[in-house]
Amino acid sequence: MKKLLALSTALTVVGFAARAEVVVMSWGGAYGEAQTEAHVKPWSAASGIAATMVDSDNPAPAVKAMVEAGNVTVDVASLEYADAIRLCDEGMLEPIDVASLPAGADGTPAADDFLAGAVTECGVSTDIWSNVFAFDSSKITGTVPTTAADFFDLEKFPGKRGLKKGAKAVLEFALMADGVPAAEVYNVLNTPEGVDRAFAKLDTIKSDVVWWEAGAQAPQLLADGEVTMTTAYNGRIFAAAINEGKPFQIVWDGQVYENEMYAIPKGAPNKDAALEFIKYATSTEGLRAQAQHISYGPARKSALKEELIFKDGKTVMAPHLPTAPENMGNALETSSDFWVDHDAELNERFQAWLAQ
Amino acid sequence: MAEATDPVTQTALLTTADGRPLKTALAEAQAKARRRAFLLVVPLILFVIMTFLIPIGYMLKRSFEHDGFASSAPAMVAWFAANPDFDPTNPPEEAYAALVSDLARMQVEKTTGMAGTRINYSVPGTISLFKGGARAAKNLTPPFKEALLAVDAEWGRPALWRGMQSASHVYTAEFYLVASDRKLTDDGWARGGDKERIYLYLFFKTFLISGIITFLCLLLAFPVAHLLATLPMAKSSLLMIFVLLPFWTSLLVRTTSWIALLQEQGVANDLLVALGLITEEGRLTMMYNMTGTIVAMTHVLLPFMILPLYSVMKVIPPSYARAARSLGATSWTTFRRVYLPQTLPGIAAGSLLVFILAVGYYITPALVGGADGQLISNLISFHMSKSNWSLAAAIAAMLLASILLLYWLYDRLVGIDRLKFG
Amino acid sequence: MALPTYASPLERIWYYTYIVICVLVFLFLIAPILIVIPLSFNAEPYFTFTPKMLAFDPAGYGLRWYDALLTLGHPNADAVRDGAWWTTVWERSTWVQAAKNSFWVGLWATILATTLGTIAALGLSRPEMPYRRLIMALMISPMIVPIIIIAVGMSFFYAKACVAPDSAWFSVFGMFLSEKGCLANSHLGVIVAHAVLGIPFVIITVTATLSGFDQSLIRAAHSLGANPRTTFFKVIMPLILPGVISGALFAFVTSFDEVVAVLFIAGPDQQTIPRQMFNGIREAISPAILAVATILVVISVMLLATVELLRRRSDRLRGVTGR
Repeated sequence: MKKLLALSTALTVVGFAARAEVVVMSWGGAYGEAQTEAHVKPWSAASGIAATMVDSDNPAPAVKAMVEAGNVTVDVASLEYADAIRLCDEGMLEPIDVASLPAGADGTPAADDFLAGAVTECGVSTDIWSNVFAFDSSKITGTVPTTAADFFDLEKFPGKRGLKKGAKAVLEFALMADGVPAAEVYNVLNTPEGVDRAFAKLDTIKSDVVWWEAGAQAPQLLADGEVTMTTAYNGRIFAAAINEGKPFQIVWDGQVYENEMYAIPKGAPNKDAALEFIKYATSTEGLRAQAQHISYGPARKSALKEELIFKDGKTVMAPHLPTAPENMGNALETSSDFWVDHDAELNERFQAWLAQ
Repeated sequence: MAEATDPVTQTALLTTADGRPLKTALAEAQAKARRRAFLLVVPLILFVIMTFLIPIGYMLKRSFEHDGFASSAPAMVAWFAANPDFDPTNPPEEAYAALVSDLARMQVEKTTGMAGTRINYSVPGTISLFKGGARAAKNLTPPFKEALLAVDAEWGRPALWRGMQSASHVYTAEFYLVASDRKLTDDGWARGGDKERIYLYLFFKTFLISGIITFLCLLLAFPVAHLLATLPMAKSSLLMIFVLLPFWTSLLVRTTSWIALLQEQGVANDLLVALGLITEEGRLTMMYNMTGTIVAMTHVLLPFMILPLYSVMKVIPPSYARAARSLGATSWTTFRRVYLPQTLPGIAAGSLLVFILAVGYYITPALVGGADGQLISNLISFHMSKSNWSLAAAIAAMLLASILLLYWLYDRLVGIDRLKFG
Repeated sequence: MALPTYASPLERIWYYTYIVICVLVFLFLIAPILIVIPLSFNAEPYFTFTPKMLAFDPAGYGLRWYDALLTLGHPNADAVRDGAWWTTVWERSTWVQAAKNSFWVGLWATILATTLGTIAALGLSRPEMPYRRLIMALMISPMIVPIIIIAVGMSFFYAKACVAPDSAWFSVFGMFLSEKGCLANSHLGVIVAHAVLGIPFVIITVTATLSGFDQSLIRAAHSLGANPRTTFFKVIMPLILPGVISGALFAFVTSFDEVVAVLFIAGPDQQTIPRQMFNGIREAISPAILAVATILVVISVMLLATVELLRRRSDRLRGVTGR
């Protein structure tokens, strides 16, 4: 034992990177940066509790693996809406009481201040983000794409297309491009014929698609000229356009939007601090602060009352948010009910379709 | 020992200086030497068991195990155990009663998601069914069959009942059925539809691509290995660096290089455009597809073909070929009838090694494979990322079985101790 | 291989074709590795040669992407580069942290693999070793079994492989384990995984060295009165040392290049260079990756040179001539 102790003290000199207190897991890239700047850093400064951000391709499976193994190292995770609901059903997230959340800046209680569906049993919305498609306006001149159908029109707009490698939002987008009204999309997708129809639409461009997985890849593909149009998370395109001055333009027709949720994995090492973090981050000010870094809409009515200005001090955010009325002409909110049930099945089908 | 001191046998045998029979003493000495040799290996064996064999054992166990439903629905587990031969098309009232009591329990214990997810693997669309059922269960009154079917008619689906029966066992071969493209229908397990089949197809594709890569490696390695084996030592040592440097260079570096070279805005396309061989619009797609996977993997695995071929070719005496020529054989005949047969052990060793390594490759196809350049390993990783661990483990177990078969073949044909680098 | 004087014209053509093919294959082997070096000095954020670079205009080249390696993750990247700035680079910069993690993980994995592997190789190369073939097959299998399978198995097992946070074991190994005392998301987990992956290389190189080892040297040492300990350190060790070092370098490189196991079993604290590269390639493939790649190529050239020198020395010592 004495020897082992001596060994362990000898080993302490090796100097691996130190551990932080509250660990927030998010998606990296421009999005993770926005959450770091708007939530992690200011909260850490205000509370005096060290906090750090870690990146993940998708925090949901990471959280599930950790909770199932009883080895949770993350305190707060940023999850897609359907994942937040599914993991909550599986008992893998801590419940969050809406009454414990701070009232809006105007005094409205949290339960009334949040938009419908923005607070669930285990999650609180940090923003509303959207799957859109974008093109490089310096490459496509003259007639520009304006509808979802244009994305699939290889004759009018020749060139490669970037698409997310996954079933969710892609199948909906394909159906909307095929002329299905937004309100009907999930009814159609709930039938085998509807699924076939979505894949048939994707078949029309399959050989010209470059698939991306991580959110940062989409603007990169566009910037490198590897594709002429790509679907992307709207905030990533905004970041590339405003921060880096890239001539990217978003087409809002056929956008598929949803809430992004902050949640606490069951057994998080710093559960109480994590709840404090979420309260801070999803307050009116917290949501507004995030919207000043990336073009995702805050999910509180009180946060939308005053005009939002981007951190550069001049760009007005309203027209860049998925929730702006002029962007909602042909928009669809993802159905968590549908994806909770069909995620496994349709992704498997999607993989089969890809490999063929 | 008792034998050695037995006076009757002792006299008839040769003995050592201390009076023991020579045979026994020798056997003892050899046993001692064997024990000593073995003791040297023991620490490593223990280490490998702990950190390699046990994890793989865990994975195999996982491929048969899922308690999401079995642990959250005790009444159903008991009922299925008592009625293994029930009719899934028309389960009796007691079954529904057990189901309703379990649903009510799930609602309290917050396990609907666990149970629903487990059944969802074989019967898609059941997670919200379980959620709805669990929410309603508390207020349901007998007869439960009618009551539950009134909540959702889906509860009467035979496939669902078959799925629940199968899931009521913690250990099941179901994930292997799914991994061989079977689907649970109302009439039991059947082959999945054409559009859903992926696993066996991807296995086949993985083996096909690995075969192509092995063949390409052999084609490229043969002349080079021959050149290295026949050049004078000083020159061949220098050229050997070209083979060994890729071997020592990070896999990720090599993959990155190929992306830089082959992507549409990459070096190769730029060169072709500059040379006027293709137009700006006609840039070739050589990356993020099957071509990218094959080219990059051939490059990565080529040294594993060159080195075994080289070590065999080096010891082939050149006098045989000269003898053949002097006896009138043409150079082609000499190559085909004299030289090539002597290189067969090297071909077998290199090909098997490259094939084995290619079948399990993950990184390169994941980074440069795009959609159609993905191999079976990438599907394992996909299911891991979707938290479908049992299915991932089942596919991995099937891959492992084929690898072990090839490994056994390698050992029989080549011998593991012939493996060398450089 | 020179062309014999009796070669026919056809054979001459074939011979030159053959030389050309060989040159092309060598080019195929080496060009992709060398191409990253000039590309990493690109002054622009492109992955290919810009016109300025092709014209050898100094403005087309720059250390921009090497600089990016220092500043990524640096809180005050644009501040004056004084001592404090460099200290922050050392303590905070993402790539520097990854390099530190890779180095320490690689070092411990190498020590573990080389020690266990060398001792085992000594046993395996004794003629009286029982079940030799079976044991050899087991030891080599981490190289043969696809890494994804090992990683999946480890991710299941490591999550359960925990020590109680209040036990004596935790006080000893706690800093190497995760906060819950598990192998998952811990440095020890990665070290052990990499050690297993490095063992086949150590076994192969050390047994190869021992295969030319003259066993009578041991008997000679014994007959001259050396005890087993002296024999080992004075006779065996100097002879097999080159093989041991080569094996150790192989094990180190294996660890230094390994990403799949890290992706599956490591947590955010175990960010290594390959993992950082993997994420970088998948997300935004910026020329900063090429700068890392160039550094790694230089390291591999140095390692290769070391191994080659060692092998020549070993061959000379054992009296083996030629390759």
